[in-house]
Amino acid sequence: MLFAVLSGFVLALFAPWIYRRAPRGAAWILALLPLGLTLYFLGFAGTVAGGEVLRSSRPWAPSLGVSLSFSLDGLALLFALLIGGIGTAVVVYSGGYLEGHPHAGRFHAYTLAFMASMLGVVLSDNLLLLFVFWELTSVSSYLLIGFDHEREKARKAALQALLVTGGGGLALLAGFLLLGEAGGSLEISEISGRGDVVRGSPLYLPILALVLIGAFTKSAQFPFHFWLPNAMEAPTPASAYLHAATMVKAGIYLLARLSPVLGNDPAWQIPVTAVGALTMLAGAWIALQQTYFKLLLAWSTVSALGALTMMLGLGTGPAAAAAVLFLPAHAFYKGSLFLVAGAVDHAAGERDVTRISGLGRTMPVTAAAAMAAAASMAGLPPLLGFLAKEGLLGGALSAPAAAPALLGAVALAGAAYVAIAGIAGVRPFIGPASGTNAETREAPVTLWLGPSLLALLGVLGGLLPGAAAPLLSAAASAILGAEHDVRPALWHGFDSLLLLSAAAVAGGIGIYAARNRLRSLRSRWGRLGRSGPSSWYDAGMEGLILLARGQTRLLQSGSLRTYLIIVVGAMLALAGHALVRGGPRLAAPLSGARFYELCLALLVLVAAAATVRSRSRLAAVASLGAVGYGIALIFILRGAPDLAMTQFIVETVTVVLFVLALHHLPQFSRLSTRGAQARDAIVSLLAGGLMTVFVLAAAGARHLPSISGYFAEASVPMARGRNIVNVILVDFRGLDTLGEITVLAVAGIGAWALLKLRLKREEKP
Amino acid sequence: MSSLILRTACRFVFPLLVLFSVFLLVRGHNEPGGGFAGGLVASAAFALVVIAYGPAAARKSLRVRPSTLIGTGLLTAAGSGMPALFRGEPFMTGQWRTLELPASGPVALGSPLLFDVGVYLVVFGVVLNIVLSFAEED
Repeated sequence: MLFAVLSGFVLALFAPWIYRRAPRGAAWILALLPLGLTLYFLGFAGTVAGGEVLRSSRPWAPSLGVSLSFSLDGLALLFALLIGGIGTAVVVYSGGYLEGHPHAGRFHAYTLAFMASMLGVVLSDNLLLLFVFWELTSVSSYLLIGFDHEREKARKAALQALLVTGGGGLALLAGFLLLGEAGGSLEISEISGRGDVVRGSPLYLPILALVLIGAFTKSAQFPFHFWLPNAMEAPTPASAYLHAATMVKAGIYLLARLSPVLGNDPAWQIPVTAVGALTMLAGAWIALQQTYFKLLLAWSTVSALGALTMMLGLGTGPAAAAAVLFLPAHAFYKGSLFLVAGAVDHAAGERDVTRISGLGRTMPVTAAAAMAAAASMAGLPPLLGFLAKEGLLGGALSAPAAAPALLGAVALAGAAYVAIAGIAGVRPFIGPASGTNAETREAPVTLWLGPSLLALLGVLGGLLPGAAAPLLSAAASAILGAEHDVRPALWHGFDSLLLLSAAAVAGGIGIYAARNRLRSLRSRWGRLGRSGPSSWYDAGMEGLILLARGQTRLLQSGSLRTYLIIVVGAMLALAGHALVRGGPRLAAPLSGARFYELCLALLVLVAAAATVRSRSRLAAVASLGAVGYGIALIFILRGAPDLAMTQFIVETVTVVLFVLALHHLPQFSRLSTRGAQARDAIVSLLAGGLMTVFVLAAAGARHLPSISGYFAEASVPMARGRNIVNVILVDFRGLDTLGEITVLAVAGIGAWALLKLRLKREEKP
Repeated sequence: MSSLILRTACRFVFPLLVLFSVFLLVRGHNEPGGGFAGGLVASAAFALVVIAYGPAAARKSLRVRPSTLIGTGLLTAAGSGMPALFRGEPFMTGQWRTLELPASGPVALGSPLLFDVGVYLVVFGVVLNIVLSFAEED
């Protein structure tokens, strides 16, 4: 399974190259991978539906409890099939949609990388592994939304999606770590059985809150829903794939996956159900006010995600069954409608659904796909959408509390879906032709194949409800953590659900008829979508930038002296605090000092005083050099020849640098006031005093045995070197040195860049 | 600074300094020295050329750009940790081979020496880069 997940990333690397080699056939070639993966996973359908769980595990970072472990149960398989199947349709479709686009190869690469990340999310059995893939979906979707990076709106939408889902991802990481703490393992399969332990842990509420933030941001639940409609800036195939069929369902997947652990508790049921129901209704309401094809679909997707969340919040058997049924139904019809929207835009150049009609005559295949998908969305029998809607109603009915209200909410949303299906999937294709031009003709095969197949799946799913029942049962069982049979059937007998379903359709037709009046009625709810949480986000971003600007102005004033005071002051505050709190035991300062050492120390002090008092730069440099040489001499006397040698050379090179820099500087003069001098003196004396106390405290506080003996003994046998200092640098602590020389290189390049920058500025004037 | 004395002295001192820097580098594992000190001495040698003959001459005698030295050094240092990986040992575990040289007897060569070469190159490149930038500001 590891290779199934990684294959997408590998192919993504080669996608631009393949596209350059064969621009026409590239999409077909690349689609072979998702197709192959779908077939590969389909091969497991029998075993998994039988209740077996396939696992594969490899160590990754065992000391952290992170392993490359994957598991394939009903839930994972259902998602994997959707990801692979819709991925196939989308890759083929992008081939036609982006034909001739100079960066189409890049787009394919992003799509495949996204597919691989998404597969990783649903197959991971380790929380941290899941998190890694979770973040990868955020990153790849950022690239996809911002694919048209020359448009500012696309860039902004991409950043917004990244920040919202990435922020949620951080919360999720914290939640996962706490969950691992409470559950005693990071392996999901191990935690699953310990739901009671986790729910009884004092960490339960923090875990729940953090995980829910992660899931809600990803799945665009209120109040984080605003990024999804904005993400419609992405090219249509990406919208269809990410924002209808897969990525936004990652949050749903997570809720489903963790519901045996975290669910089954009012603390989970109430917020998840409530947020889901609210999102479902708000999304449907706002969708009805949209006229742009993709926005209409996007808001209705928000609503559908709300419905799924609500079902997972309830956590009853019928609700879980409804979730696993609605999931593919929605993916099929919404994916299909999104792709149709792109095809219509491609053919007729029109995005406003109210301005198009009569397209069915010129685009019969696309129209047929759209209508089949719309029928499924409306929940008409005998389509999969009908089964799903019955399921949702049944799920709401099974609610332990507030069942009538939830039932009403689902019926209302169902009615809204009927109307939306009519507006998006039927209206543009019937009636007299308008909004089109003479050149409008049927889309090429790449553009109609995907939506037609997806719509067909919606039809087949309805006609053969039993075919997928074992798989759906396995998925629902995984959500519930207990066996549950899902038996979708077109005819349950004449019951209240059927009546309610029919009422929803009738209501939907009513809403459809009143759609123009609804749109003009821009109620407060409508504005909520645009000016509510979305404006909080904007305000937050502005605040962040203001804060950054303010602290930059404060801390990075451009005055070297201020920098030094801030750096030294911070060190004084932090280290001084630690020193005072630790109640240090100081070593006697002069133990074992010999007379000539004291003379040297005195020389250093005198040279330091001379540096400060000096009235010429050259003299200051010379006396500073004397300080350095004096210290190097003390190193030699104290038996540290390596240190002394390095110190000597550093002093020498510093003097050379000073000499080179010296004649660029203006005439030496004292500019600072008495007060500033006094302040600088105080800071310097404090810093020097702190260092002195620090050294003495370090010498006086030996809690642990010294390691120098170990190094001295191990140096020759283990590292074959007699110079312990060097052995530590290049062998024992080699990794530290590697880090240090990297820092040195970066700092060196930075200094060089600053010097060059100044040169350029001087050249300009 | 076109001092004849300095230039003449430079001709003799420069090769000695460069040799000394390599000497420091190579002996570092057993005696005082090492890549850091060696790299500093090497850059001091070139700084001498900069002062005596000017930055252009120093660049010419160096042949490669200092930034190339920095990059090569980092790669060398990081790469010296790789051989251990092929033997299934942790990154940067020292790998040693003993060469039988006819002239000097057995010589132990190890990946830590390669690492020190990387340190040498980085230090050399960084310091020289800054020295040259300062000197070229005229």
